[in-house]
Amino acid sequence: MSELTNILADTSARLLGELVTRDVLAGAEAGAWNNGLWAALEENGLTRALPPEDLGGLGAGFDAAFVIAFAAGKARAPVPLLETLAAGWLLGRAGIEQPDGPLGLIGEEAGLILGDTLSGTARAVPWGRQAAHFVAVVEGRVALVTADGAGIAEDANIAAEPRDHVTFSNAAVVAEGKLGLATSLPPGRTLGALMRAAQMAGAMEGAVAAAVTHARDRHQFGRPIGKFQAVQQALAVAAARAAEARAAAETAFLAVGRANDDLTDAEWAVAAAKLVAGEAAEVVYDATHQVLGAMGFTFEHELHFWTRRLWAWRGEFGADGQWAAEIGRRVLAEGAEALWPGLTARQGA
Amino acid sequence: MQDIRFTPGALPPEAETLRAEVRAFIAENMKGYPGVRRAKSWAGADPEFSRKMGAKGWIGMTWPTEYGGGGRSALERYVVLEEMLAAGAPVSAHWVADRQSGPLLLRFGTEEQRRKYLPAITRGESYFCIGMSEPGAGSDLAGIRTRGERTKTGWRINGQKIWTSKAHKAHYMIALVRTRPQDKEDRHAGLSQVLIDLKTPGITIRPIRNMAGEDMFNEVFFEDVDLPEDALVGTEGGGWGQVTTELAFERSGPERYLSAYQTIFELVRRLGPEAATDPRAAEGVGRLVAHLGTLRQMSLSIATMLEKGEAPNLAAAFVKELGVAFEQSVPGRAFDLTGVSPLVNGDPFDQVLGYTAMAARSYSLRGGTREIMRGIIARGLGLR
Repeated sequence: MSELTNILADTSARLLGELVTRDVLAGAEAGAWNNGLWAALEENGLTRALPPEDLGGLGAGFDAAFVIAFAAGKARAPVPLLETLAAGWLLGRAGIEQPDGPLGLIGEEAGLILGDTLSGTARAVPWGRQAAHFVAVVEGRVALVTADGAGIAEDANIAAEPRDHVTFSNAAVVAEGKLGLATSLPPGRTLGALMRAAQMAGAMEGAVAAAVTHARDRHQFGRPIGKFQAVQQALAVAAARAAEARAAAETAFLAVGRANDDLTDAEWAVAAAKLVAGEAAEVVYDATHQVLGAMGFTFEHELHFWTRRLWAWRGEFGADGQWAAEIGRRVLAEGAEALWPGLTARQGA
Repeated sequence: MQDIRFTPGALPPEAETLRAEVRAFIAENMKGYPGVRRAKSWAGADPEFSRKMGAKGWIGMTWPTEYGGGGRSALERYVVLEEMLAAGAPVSAHWVADRQSGPLLLRFGTEEQRRKYLPAITRGESYFCIGMSEPGAGSDLAGIRTRGERTKTGWRINGQKIWTSKAHKAHYMIALVRTRPQDKEDRHAGLSQVLIDLKTPGITIRPIRNMAGEDMFNEVFFEDVDLPEDALVGTEGGGWGQVTTELAFERSGPERYLSAYQTIFELVRRLGPEAATDPRAAEGVGRLVAHLGTLRQMSLSIATMLEKGEAPNLAAAFVKELGVAFEQSVPGRAFDLTGVSPLVNGDPFDQVLGYTAMAARSYSLRGGTREIMRGIIARGLGLR
């Protein structure tokens, strides 16, 4: 890891760990926007880690983006940090300076129409109501528009994170440029899946740690429940699956970082990361809640701030089965003889 | 709870150069090798193949050159292993000696023992097995009753081992025996490792047929088997600690996710390119390949940590837990996607699937059961 990545890792873990308390999470669910948290992230450069320095970014790599995304998931940060991070990268590729404030990320699957102005409705845009600007990818072009004049119909995912329907009617385009990235899948969705995979891995680690703590503290039958083999075995499996999800996500971030102008190979790694995370989430959800018992089923206990997000994020930007099919299509089309050489070549660099 | 990271490891350029060499070797030496034999993976033996690998310097390749080793990096060894396993090469004859017995002798053996045993291992001529389980000591190895008594000239062994893989094909066994009576306070005290030449009088080896129809593991009986003084490996009474180290050598290698690779290969071949448009086939294959790639990255990451001199024991236990579960899921997925009941005289897919569906049962038993591994992970999580 580079020096910059180390600094960003420490900063993101510390800031998010300190500032995202249970009260902050409950407040966010009730609709409060935590400007202090956002300002702290922005001041420390975490929201603009990826664009090059001459476009207002830190010029960090995807190894840094991974540690930020993982920490954000583990902390359950109730702000669009990763949407902003990903949108900033797209802007950087298109040669557009990243503006201050939260960014809404809209992929080409939304079907917006980009001419001199931007029009159309994008559904379930993460944190749409809080965005100062939107970044839309349309037919290989990246457009930056202000949030002024965008119509917002509020909605939320099952973790109470804003997922708003955003309508643009001939919205003025502040800047636009070519993405310049070869892909076989819509890149906005790929980036979203990448971010969610790391967040899920972070959230799983948080949930498993909470369950382990509880298993050591909670006594039944005269001893901590963590002394029972049934509990130990369930948590061991959950911890292993969480570790696999973390490894898959980090692998995918590094693959995207190596991609230069062609994302096609990295799409395999992103697909694997999102599907490994999706499968693991189910195991972690089951094991951690079973250990916490009725306490974990209350709103009072913080476990659900991780596990409801796991469900929501599992479905966003493609669920495990869809990403699995993406990999399977490629494997089957290339044939058995190409499977091992292809795998080692893609992962070899 | 410890922070467990699997930073994706990158292979150095010399490892990738070696990969091409290994692939050429496989292409030359495994032409027409039948799928069902490839499916045996690291349980398939061919002494001639082992000798050829030895001649290439691919056995004991990380050991010091003075003992016949190659003095190469753990990552280069990793590439040789994964290429062999992906091809289903018959590496079983020398497998235990290369992976466990040799490293054990390097770490705990005397200079004399190293000089005596290691060079023949690296030539692919000398094969080892590991004598641990007994009828009364499976997962609970502290229950070992095979005795090693001091004599004037060395050690006398009496007792029985069981489930000893490849004992009937091996030249030597490194056995865990009790050299002092069991101590109620410290159940693992009083165990020692001895190196046994299997030609020594008093040894009877009986193969046990497994459910896949192979003579793979054995019962081994010892009746007043006299061993020389230098049969002891490491310290008398230090066997438990040594065995624990030895088992850690084998938790995270490529054999943890490639044992069922031939089934994936034949499945993709059977489904064919036309299945790329079948969502169900694509999803099923995709799930397998995603885990295959992720486990490879995790395993490589541990190899990189080992190369740096770190001891990522908990991370290695994760890889074994995940890898075994993955490998065992492969036959079920193949049945489910193809709807085939394999015929014994069927095509390679039938034969490979039929074999692997049976053989996979052993994956979560060998080298420590799934339950023992999960206990090790639970300890790492701070639960025990």
